[in-house]
Amino acid sequence: MFAYVLRRMIYAIPVLIGVNIITFLLFFMVNTPDDMARAQLGDKYVTQQAIERWKVDHGYNKPLFYNQTDEGMKKATDTLFFQKSLKLFSFDFGRSDSGRDIGHDIKQRMWASLAIAVPIMLIGILINITFAMLMVFFRSTYLDISGVVFCVILMSVSSLFYIIGGQYLIGKLLRLVPISGYAGGLDAIKFIILPVVVGVISGIGAGSRWYRSIFLEEMGKQYVITARAKGLSEITVLFKHVLKNASIPIITGVVVIIPSLFMGSLLLESFFGVPGLGSYVIDAIRQQDFAIVRAMVFLGTVLYIIGLILTDLAYTWVDPRVRLN
Amino acid sequence: MSDSILDIIDLKLGFETSNGVSPAVDGLNLSIRPGETYALLGESGCGKSLTASAIMQLLPDDAWIMGDSEILYEQRDLLQLPEADMRPLRGKSIAMIFQEPMSSLNPVMTIGQQMSEVLRLHLGLSRPKARMLELMVKVGIPDAQRRLNEYPHQLSGGMRQRMMIAMALAGEPDILIADEPTTALDVTIQAQILMLMQDLQREKGMSILLITHDLAVVAQMAHRVGIMYAGHLVEEGSADDFFKNPLHPYSQQLFKSLPNIHKRNESLATIKGIVPPLTEVFEKCRFASRCPYVKDTCRNILPKWPNAQHKVRCHIYDDHYKNLFMQLDSDDNQKARNGLTNDPENLLSAKDLKVYFPIKKGLLKRTIGHVKAVDGVSLHLKTGRTLALVGESGCGKTTVGKAILQLLPNTEGNIQYQEYVLNDLSYNQLKPLRGDLQFIFQDPVTSLNPRMMVEAIIAEGMQAQRRYKNSPERMIRIQQLLDQVGLPRDSLQRYPHEFSGGQRQRICIARALAVDPKLIICDEPTSALDVSVQAQILNLLRDLQDELQLSYLFITHNISVVAYLAHEVAVMYLGRVVEQGPISQVLEGAKHPYTQGLLAAVPSIEKRHAFQGIQGELPSPANPPQGCHFHPRCPHAMGQCRKKYPKSSGFSKEHWAKCFLYD
Ligand SMILES: Nc1ncnc2c1ncn2[C@@H]1O[C@H](COP(=O)(O)OP(=O)(O)OP(=O)(O)O)[C@@H](O)[C@H]1O
Ligand code: SF4
Ligand code: SF4
Ligand SMILES: [Mg+2]
Repeated sequence: MFAYVLRRMIYAIPVLIGVNIITFLLFFMVNTPDDMARAQLGDKYVTQQAIERWKVDHGYNKPLFYNQTDEGMKKATDTLFFQKSLKLFSFDFGRSDSGRDIGHDIKQRMWASLAIAVPIMLIGILINITFAMLMVFFRSTYLDISGVVFCVILMSVSSLFYIIGGQYLIGKLLRLVPISGYAGGLDAIKFIILPVVVGVISGIGAGSRWYRSIFLEEMGKQYVITARAKGLSEITVLFKHVLKNASIPIITGVVVIIPSLFMGSLLLESFFGVPGLGSYVIDAIRQQDFAIVRAMVFLGTVLYIIGLILTDLAYTWVDPRVRLN
Repeated sequence: MSDSILDIIDLKLGFETSNGVSPAVDGLNLSIRPGETYALLGESGCGKSLTASAIMQLLPDDAWIMGDSEILYEQRDLLQLPEADMRPLRGKSIAMIFQEPMSSLNPVMTIGQQMSEVLRLHLGLSRPKARMLELMVKVGIPDAQRRLNEYPHQLSGGMRQRMMIAMALAGEPDILIADEPTTALDVTIQAQILMLMQDLQREKGMSILLITHDLAVVAQMAHRVGIMYAGHLVEEGSADDFFKNPLHPYSQQLFKSLPNIHKRNESLATIKGIVPPLTEVFEKCRFASRCPYVKDTCRNILPKWPNAQHKVRCHIYDDHYKNLFMQLDSDDNQKARNGLTNDPENLLSAKDLKVYFPIKKGLLKRTIGHVKAVDGVSLHLKTGRTLALVGESGCGKTTVGKAILQLLPNTEGNIQYQEYVLNDLSYNQLKPLRGDLQFIFQDPVTSLNPRMMVEAIIAEGMQAQRRYKNSPERMIRIQQLLDQVGLPRDSLQRYPHEFSGGQRQRICIARALAVDPKLIICDEPTSALDVSVQAQILNLLRDLQDELQLSYLFITHNISVVAYLAHEVAVMYLGRVVEQGPISQVLEGAKHPYTQGLLAAVPSIEKRHAFQGIQGELPSPANPPQGCHFHPRCPHAMGQCRKKYPKSSGFSKEHWAKCFLYD
């Protein structure tokens, strides 16, 4: 078990290095430090001196991969690639182009992201499974068909509609909760409710249909017939036999995204003014602050890889047929 | 009627199709008596399993019961029973076991959990453990205590089926419905399971409805027999009457199409055509399109189901019509084969073949051991002859076939083909020889690419082997091949799914023949087919052998096919050949205790209620027993058998076995 996790982590290193190099190339070769400086300083009326000064202030004045002017190890370490890209491996994110401590920002903002993403996931799973179970229980009746139609309608509506509709209906007309914004501590609750409701609703269509197809696939299997032939009631068959088997793809499908919950939701956070990591990225892009974007891309990759490892571990936990070797 | 426990009266059920509802089971009448085994026999798709599901009220969602069907059990019509009243009967009064014991068990629940459900539900036991252990001992599961906490995948196929039986017995049912309970199992395990069912029936007095396609299993098990064809019951009678004197033309044809050793010098009778598909409009007698005695009357008037001891649905036995059939002019299609000629020469010799699959473990995937799938096998394949390779599943038969064709990387040993040593050749040197050596697989469905048309499938190998320069030449050859394997000429522009199982196997054979092979390795080529279709394929393989002097390595577990087809047979056990010899010498004078047990486990039609089996199951090839691999299951095992592996002892020029009894 331990050996397995270790091996997976070792396998992850080349992937991370690859991602690291690619983002580095994208951010430094395609978009050179000069371009960054110009963007930061305001496009027009920038003198070359101002650019150079900005680059020195922000540490962008070094060569890309190899520093000829330095000695020994420093030839490699005193470069952009080492300072700006490789350091990400030690989760040392450095300062943003506008001078903020990225690591500190992340630590501070991730709680707001989690406060929204975790309830959306948990409530969403509960509602989607219940809804899917109901459709499967009434399979090939009008109830099931209407359920599927309802899902398809939910799916084809854009999330923006849910956001704006929710803000208008609940926030503006009914005045139940604030339209947007955030506060720390217990006060957060009244700001969280609306984005969570919107997040859950916009996920019902796709989620329930996915779960329904998993359940239906299981329903077609021979062990279900055996269970019925034993005299078990349909409810027992569904909840004991089918749910247990269906939970394998469901749990593993959910586990893979759990680490990524830290990253928050780009859309919801920026529309509801939640100061989480999602809106952090959006703001950074808007301000052309590429140090932040780079850090977040790297972090996202790491979390995704952790998600994949957790998925495999989850398999061995929920599926007795899978044993690690 | 009063002496029966279950009466099916005029059962009619069908599916919605594009041309209306098609009656998949049509007017079926049968009664099951207490304590008897009623065998319902028929080819795939004839409605056997639907009948069983109708009794259990577990029909698929899109099946409809029609007309005035009734299924009477304890004076109640099960078809009218509301679900709430039906449920308590399932598993309690009527229990069921299925063909595939792996998929029939819930993979993520332990054996104990699945079994305790039944005991809690039907017997109200809150602590069912003691009773579970009792049941498991009864069905012969060793080490029951430990098994309770295991999952289905940790059990062998035979053990899983025993588990299913234990679960079915838990509610102490009056009727046990067994739907092809042994089809997925080896003959040795089949014999064990069937004997277990007989013993349990004797003890508990329950009735068994045994659904099967295997006449020989019926011969061993049944008290009464019903023959189904395309949704009709066409014959019913006591097993004694039926086996002495089968009446319906279909039943008679079934017997004729069974391969066995006495028919070696003739081709098998085949039933022409195929079972009419459900989507077609049936003729009145549904067998009319395939019956050798058919008259117009048969197509227009439905033969009656008489009230007699030995019933048959056929006009020949109806006083009203029987003069129509004064002389029975069947177009008997059996033809004699030419006898064998002089001593054939060796085409291919494999010496000391070894295939070890590494078992890997740990952080660095170290090899910690080997599965010795094939461990020193030597075989000689002769021009124009068939060598059969038999043994239980997992003994390494398929691996031998693949190793001979150099399809496995980790193969040791020497394979001499004509003047070539195959194992010394590089991939490119081997390529031109690939055409000479062909493979036909067990499952004709998965071995054909569903997105290629038949023409492309057959032509593919020709192109790879650069057989024909231009396409007209190739086209002529492809047409010739179609005729040779008996496929209609318009097959070329069709896809595999448009063909029946037997036709698909013909496509596979045509594909193999396309490159003019000298040797074909046939891996269970007929085990996925119905008996009547099997006969067609076996005839085809033999005709082709006579015509083209082909050699076959015939891998199978079906001894009667071996008896009919093979010239020589090699018996494999755990990666090694334990006995080999000419077919008649091995079948009539088997020397190795394993061969003897294997042959005794084969159910036979001639000797009814007379089979025995081998105890135990095939051990894991990763960890074979010390000494003679067979000793844990051998009734004659002696001290030395546990210490070393026996050397071969000869009985005639070509017949030998490896056993200390002859040392
Ligand atoms: N690629 C593989 N890796 C590891 N083990 C294998 C592999 N292929 C086959 N084996 C093992 O080798 C043994 C022989 O397998 P093989 O398929 O030859 O059996 P068989 O006699 O043809 O069985 P069946 O009648 O079920 O087809 C089995 O125990 C199988 O599990
Ligand atoms: S009724 Fe006619 S076609 Fe049908 S089985 Fe009898 S003889 Fe053959
Ligand atoms: S060698 Fe011994 S154990 Fe093996 S088959 Fe012969 S008698 Fe049985
Ligand atoms: Mg095989």
